[in-house]
Amino acid sequence: MSQSLKIENLHASVEGTEILKGLSLEIPKGEVHAIMGPNGSGKSTLSKVMAGHEDYEVTEGAVFMDGENLLDLEIDERSRAGFFLAFQYPHEIPGVSNANFLRAALQARLPKGEEIDAVAFYKDMYEKMDSLSMDRKFTGRSVNDGFSGGEKKRNEILQMMMLEPKYAVLDETDSGLDIDALKIVAEGVNRMRSPERGFLVITHYQRLLDYIVPDVVHVMSDGRIVKTGGKDLALELEAKGYDWITDELVATA
Amino acid sequence: MPDSATLEAVNIDQDAGNFSYPEDYQHDAGVGLSEATIDYISDVKGEADWIREFRKKALKIFEGKPMPTNWATKDLENIVFENIRYYLSKGQTPTRSWDEVPDDVKQTFERLGIPEKERKFLSGVEAQFDSEAAYSNVKEELSKEGVIFVNSTEGLREHPELFRKWFGKVIPTGDNKFSALNSAVFSGGSFIYVPPGVKVKHPLQAYFRINAENFGQFERTLIIVDEGAEVTYMEGCTAPKFETSTLHSAVVELVAMKDAKIQYITVQNWSANVFNLVTKRGMAHENAEIRWIDCNIGSRLTMKYPGVIMKGRKARGEVISIALANDGQHQDTGAKMIHAADETTSNIVAKSISVGKGRSTYRGQVHIPKHLKGCKNNTECDALLINSSSRTDTYPAITVRGNQHATQHEASVSQVSEDQIFYMKQRGLTEAAAMSLSVNGFVNDLVREFPMEYSVELKRLIDMEMEDSVG
Ligand SMILES: Nc1ncnc2c1ncn2[C@@H]1O[C@H](COP(=O)(O)OP(=O)(O)O)[C@@H](O)[C@H]1O
Ligand SMILES: [Mg+2]
Repeated sequence: MSQSLKIENLHASVEGTEILKGLSLEIPKGEVHAIMGPNGSGKSTLSKVMAGHEDYEVTEGAVFMDGENLLDLEIDERSRAGFFLAFQYPHEIPGVSNANFLRAALQARLPKGEEIDAVAFYKDMYEKMDSLSMDRKFTGRSVNDGFSGGEKKRNEILQMMMLEPKYAVLDETDSGLDIDALKIVAEGVNRMRSPERGFLVITHYQRLLDYIVPDVVHVMSDGRIVKTGGKDLALELEAKGYDWITDELVATA
Repeated sequence: MPDSATLEAVNIDQDAGNFSYPEDYQHDAGVGLSEATIDYISDVKGEADWIREFRKKALKIFEGKPMPTNWATKDLENIVFENIRYYLSKGQTPTRSWDEVPDDVKQTFERLGIPEKERKFLSGVEAQFDSEAAYSNVKEELSKEGVIFVNSTEGLREHPELFRKWFGKVIPTGDNKFSALNSAVFSGGSFIYVPPGVKVKHPLQAYFRINAENFGQFERTLIIVDEGAEVTYMEGCTAPKFETSTLHSAVVELVAMKDAKIQYITVQNWSANVFNLVTKRGMAHENAEIRWIDCNIGSRLTMKYPGVIMKGRKARGEVISIALANDGQHQDTGAKMIHAADETTSNIVAKSISVGKGRSTYRGQVHIPKHLKGCKNNTECDALLINSSSRTDTYPAITVRGNQHATQHEASVSQVSEDQIFYMKQRGLTEAAAMSLSVNGFVNDLVREFPMEYSVELKRLIDMEMEDSVG
């Protein structure tokens, strides 16, 4: 059984329009891969299809997480199996405090009848919040309700740290962050890098990849991976712009 | 956070309520309603003539009143009064010890966790099984202070001088068709008197249990709290899931004398075959406060609009209402605030949740006449819809005459969006857990006002109901 997050010839459409058009890539456990691509190329669609969003219909292909086809699982089962998505636009949950939400998410991972240890939970959560420079007041505030863009992104990283997934997809976690916040978030992600965990970092800009240095960079365009390379590919893209890739594609077509 | 013993003590499992014992009733008024039914009930109870007359007069009023289908749901027409059994009892008289309660009745309440709760945090308990109380006890120190907590039969028999004065005065027999029905055939319910200055620290609890099919439960409650005294009363209700419909039609009257405070909490969890048509009203004298906390979960149809008549200067009335209408259920709830003195204040906060094809209706009535000064009302109704076929209606009627008053009204409708549920499921919560957490979030600010034990119970009921709704 291969220890990787493997996307195989994935086709998905929304309301009859195909957005993902045969996308393949593999992230071995322990590696960090980045996907870069112009707006509208289907990056968020890819992340939501992997998470199981019902708006998207998968017409072909598969996503294997350590050998198990994620697409056979319910949304919540994927999460409990170790798949995490840090959303580009995290949703608000009015009236539900951050602490209660995290607690419910952790509780959902315990066998029936087993209760979470509240003291240990708070200790763990406070430590992780401190590492993200999050004010403790956040525990009592409703999830993402009235949060600034940057606060929402930090909160996504906090959730990831608490849930300790096997594979995490970070969808434009850098957007809306100033440079200080970006560094804090990047440090948080870097601390979680381990041989036991894989990351897919989706970004529009190269900037984030100065702080989360990827092992592999993929370029996405029109629902496919059109180029794959090392971390220098990101710099090249930054210098030459996305047109360079699309032009090259046209030239080779 | 409540400790685990408390959690356990208040843990009423909804499905734990779905059981019944074989029917072997010593007293059974049979099916249908006539003067003979009333004579039967009065004879069994050995009632005074004035009560028998009161009942018979009420029966005439009931028969003469049309169903309120001109404004309320046509589903009321599906109640077949001729098929209902109006009085059933095992001949028990309420005992002060659980050991003396008949076995199957005792088992019922044990399965519902009542005796345990009593030990843990209550000042007194009354447990009613079909028409009559099976158990009734109040802590000794309270009886020494003169607190009376008995069922209605005993209250009218033993303390007529106290109760007759207010009986049927806050809610006249002819208030509506169902208050008339209750006045004709009432049985059970609590009669409470708290003497001047006595502040009852822990809640008094009544528990109403329907065991028999095609049965009508008509309890009658009257709570009189004398000058400067305080009490919290809590009622819980369950019934098994029968095929045919069951009728629950109570009348609850509260009287708060000068400076008194009454808090009346209902956490109702009827099964989906119950028509729950209840009239509740309180009268608040000078500087008194009446607060209704009303949580309606379950039932086929609930119609209930707790009210407060603010009769004395600076009296205060409050209704905090939470209604959850699941598939096939209709919660028609609201509040009635009658300002009848200067500087009276009322507050209504109503939150409804409609799930699937569940339907919620809010009806409010706030009345402030022209000759009064310095009255205030705040009304807030919020509806939460979970999936698009749910339905919610709001009918606030605020009649404020004169310009020396302050009123405020807010209403909102919100949705638990699919994206919200998706987000929560992505973190590992099941659909039911995600919905339950969303609903709890919606009512969270109200629940914080409840005594802790009841907020825990309400949360559990919401969890159960959401489990059911996703099947
Ligand atoms: N739910 C949806 N309904 C309709 N169109 C969608 C939906 N989601 C994505 N799309 C379309 O799919 C394309 C890719 O969008 P997206 O995945 O958000 O791109 P990216 O994240 O790379 O900017 C866009 O043309 C977008 O309009
Ligand atoms: Mg995107």
